[in-house]
Amino acid sequence: MSREQRIGETVLSVEGVSLAFGGVKALQEVSFDVREHEVRAIIGPNGAGKSSMLNVINGVYHPQQGTIRLRANGAWKEFHDMDPHEAASMGIARTFQNIALFKGMTVLDNVMTGRNLKMRASFVEQAIWIGRARREEMAHRRAVEEIIDFMEIQHIRKTPVGKLPYGLQKRVELARALAAEPTLLLLDEPMSGMNLEEKQDMCRFVLDINDDYGTTVVLIEHDMGVVMDISDRVVVLDYGRKIADGTPDEVRANQDVIDAYLGVAH
Amino acid sequence: MLYREAGQFKSTYAEDQQIFPIRQDRVAVFLLLAVAFLVVPYVANQYWLSAILIPFLIFSLAALGLNILTGYAGQLSLGTAAFMAVGGFMTYNFVLRMAWLGIIPSFILAGICAAAVGIVFGLPSLRIKGFYLAVATLACQFFVLWAIQRIGWFMNYSPSGVITAQTIEILGYAFDTPATKYLLTLAIVALLALLAKNLMRSETGRAFMAVRDMDVAASVIGIPMMKTKLLAFAISSFYCGIAGALYVFCYLGTVEPEAFTLDLSFRILFMIIIGGVGSILGSFLGAAFIILLPIFLSVLTGAFTQATGIEPSHAVLSNLEVIIFGGLIIFFLIVEPHGLARLWQIAKEKLRLWPFPH
Amino acid sequence: MYSLVALGFVLIYKASGVFNFAQGAMVFFAALTFVSLVERGVNFWLALVITVAVMVVLGISIEKVVLRPLVNQPPITLFMATIGLTFVLEGLSQLIWGSQPHLLELGIQDVPMEWLVQSTGIVISQTDVFAAGIAGILVAALALFFQYTRIGRALRAVADDHQAALAVGIPLKHIWAIVWAVAGIVALVAGLMWGARNGVQYALTFIALKALPVLILGGFESIPGAIVGGLIIGASEKLAEVYIGPMVGGGIESWFAYVIALLFLLVRPQGLFGEKIIDRV
Repeated sequence: MSREQRIGETVLSVEGVSLAFGGVKALQEVSFDVREHEVRAIIGPNGAGKSSMLNVINGVYHPQQGTIRLRANGAWKEFHDMDPHEAASMGIARTFQNIALFKGMTVLDNVMTGRNLKMRASFVEQAIWIGRARREEMAHRRAVEEIIDFMEIQHIRKTPVGKLPYGLQKRVELARALAAEPTLLLLDEPMSGMNLEEKQDMCRFVLDINDDYGTTVVLIEHDMGVVMDISDRVVVLDYGRKIADGTPDEVRANQDVIDAYLGVAH
Repeated sequence: MLYREAGQFKSTYAEDQQIFPIRQDRVAVFLLLAVAFLVVPYVANQYWLSAILIPFLIFSLAALGLNILTGYAGQLSLGTAAFMAVGGFMTYNFVLRMAWLGIIPSFILAGICAAAVGIVFGLPSLRIKGFYLAVATLACQFFVLWAIQRIGWFMNYSPSGVITAQTIEILGYAFDTPATKYLLTLAIVALLALLAKNLMRSETGRAFMAVRDMDVAASVIGIPMMKTKLLAFAISSFYCGIAGALYVFCYLGTVEPEAFTLDLSFRILFMIIIGGVGSILGSFLGAAFIILLPIFLSVLTGAFTQATGIEPSHAVLSNLEVIIFGGLIIFFLIVEPHGLARLWQIAKEKLRLWPFPH
Repeated sequence: MYSLVALGFVLIYKASGVFNFAQGAMVFFAALTFVSLVERGVNFWLALVITVAVMVVLGISIEKVVLRPLVNQPPITLFMATIGLTFVLEGLSQLIWGSQPHLLELGIQDVPMEWLVQSTGIVISQTDVFAAGIAGILVAALALFFQYTRIGRALRAVADDHQAALAVGIPLKHIWAIVWAVAGIVALVAGLMWGARNGVQYALTFIALKALPVLILGGFESIPGAIVGGLIIGASEKLAEVYIGPMVGGGIESWFAYVIALLFLLVRPQGLFGEKIIDRV
């Protein structure tokens, strides 16, 4: 099934979002939408507000203006000050630019934490280790092992995360995000700091995730090659404003975008 | 070579998740428990039981409680002794006023009271971290002790300020010899340690460690901050409360606030630092170390006296002990911040190859 | 008076990011050393000089033995190391000088200042006033030191980020040695003042614990904060004892300061003068 056929209706809508920190305007009235099953890239020069945008979608930052509308479980929900915990329970998962893994735990444990919202047993049951707690743990372990297989990190599953090289840590973070079985996956510069081979692997993973699990992906990325190759549509931000929105080819030819990257004053 | 894992395959996830996946470990632990339960009560003399083994078990339990809060969940607490005090005093009061409850339910209820106090003083952890939180727990420590001393109800309005704890009676059988007290303490501590290990291995434990390592990230992936932190305080205080109750009933024999000073909180903190933060085994190792240290020192000074004829005064000895404590803390922090538990792990790694050189 | 002890904490924290729990023990050690020298017949000023020298040496050796090996560990490890240090110092002090309380004569009497009582009815002891004066001088000197000298700047850089400071070429070891030596001297001053008022005894180490609420109120990094915080805590403690004490049976002093600190933490965690802590993800 080709990707164009699979892309569905709008599943996330960002409307007129403005965000400021004290005097610094991070985002100014940004609006765009994301369709189901697509891979949407957010690009722009440094400081354009891309990470802030993800943080707003995720509930880490609260915009002063504007709303986010998310279609979850068939119904539209509108909010402007959700907290990250709620976002997670609505099926949004993300990775971070500077890797937010739990350095004191093994890879397996880290990925297992991604399943926390699906675990129902109470702590008493867990302490006694009978019945529901036990079954749950085993079932989730099975699911997590599949994800570990998918991300090809079996060989390091018992290694403490703090000891892994950067590239592998990024993979583990992605695995943890996947473990939550999200409908919307936010990736903040998943390829940063990687060499060519690692980037190719990462691209493959992102595409496979989109294909196999049908997850909608929104990613921030600096590498133009990657963006052009794997995204369906692109949003371009500069100084907190949206300056272009369309397919990779459209955006590449857009004069404003070229100016922004080349630093032409406007 | 004895310690080889070769040939032991895990074919289900359940087997991989066991507490002691390696067969040699299982055998060793089984033997240890068998000896502890069956052999020791008959063989050990009164001194060993009352002055070493029982306090070792009690402090291990308290250290376990603190480890859950500080080692696993990353919330630094200096109020351990206060939680123990709540456990001890509430048990006394339950037995006094509601004797029909029986001692074990009294212990449990007292533990729950300690957990409640823990939750109240854990509330600041929702807003503050690190040593700021330590100060909040200091407030708890001082306040609880003050409350126990001023509010007469706790000590049954005793004029002398020192009350004797009641004898423990379960189903009509009195636990009043060192051997029986030891067995009771052993049973309770072993059970609670097992429950703790299970808990730390499962989702709760992971949530705690996630909060410890990076709480913003934990919140982003869906772990509820408030519930997790308060649960850590509650469970930790419960354990400390039970330890306090055992402290009063199986060791001290008296119920007095002076037994639960800040000094005790620090001692328990040292136990987990030396034993290993974030490790159940570490709690036991640390407690053993700190209990055995004074004995070791007095043996040393005995030898010193014999060799040189000089007998150091008591004051000198106790100061020396304090200096060595502090020095050891620093030493461990520099050399092996993960404590004795990590040293044990390293030893096990070496054991896999022994007696071959490498 | 609390401010003096708090000053020592702030200094070390500002310069090295380490919260020195052992400050109280240092106060004790300093005071005890001084007093014992005086009692053995050493001249007052000579004893002072010797003690200063001892504290400086102590500061430098602490830095060398304890902190250097722990350079890049998380702050919590360093904090626990200073707890260990506390015990070492306490034990050492008593080992060397014995554990009886000592009286300390400073030539200033702990009596209320007459004219103040007569004019306003407020009772403040001479010792307190003198202490406030000394604290003021110290603060002024330290503030100038931090703001305007090269070393002061270096100290601030080190407090922010050890590795960055190293990268820029700041000789960390010297800086730290200086910091700890200075803290030692501040500890001596605090020790002398407290010793004059309460006698030099073991309980002096607990002053350190009282200084914690002061730091919380004032912010861990701020010298003016230490002063203001000290005044507030000292005053409110006494007031609480006088007014609220009788209602609940007295003895409030032991925990009132902490409760204030607790409330402050909930409302304004960075203290009155501290910097806001921002968590970046």
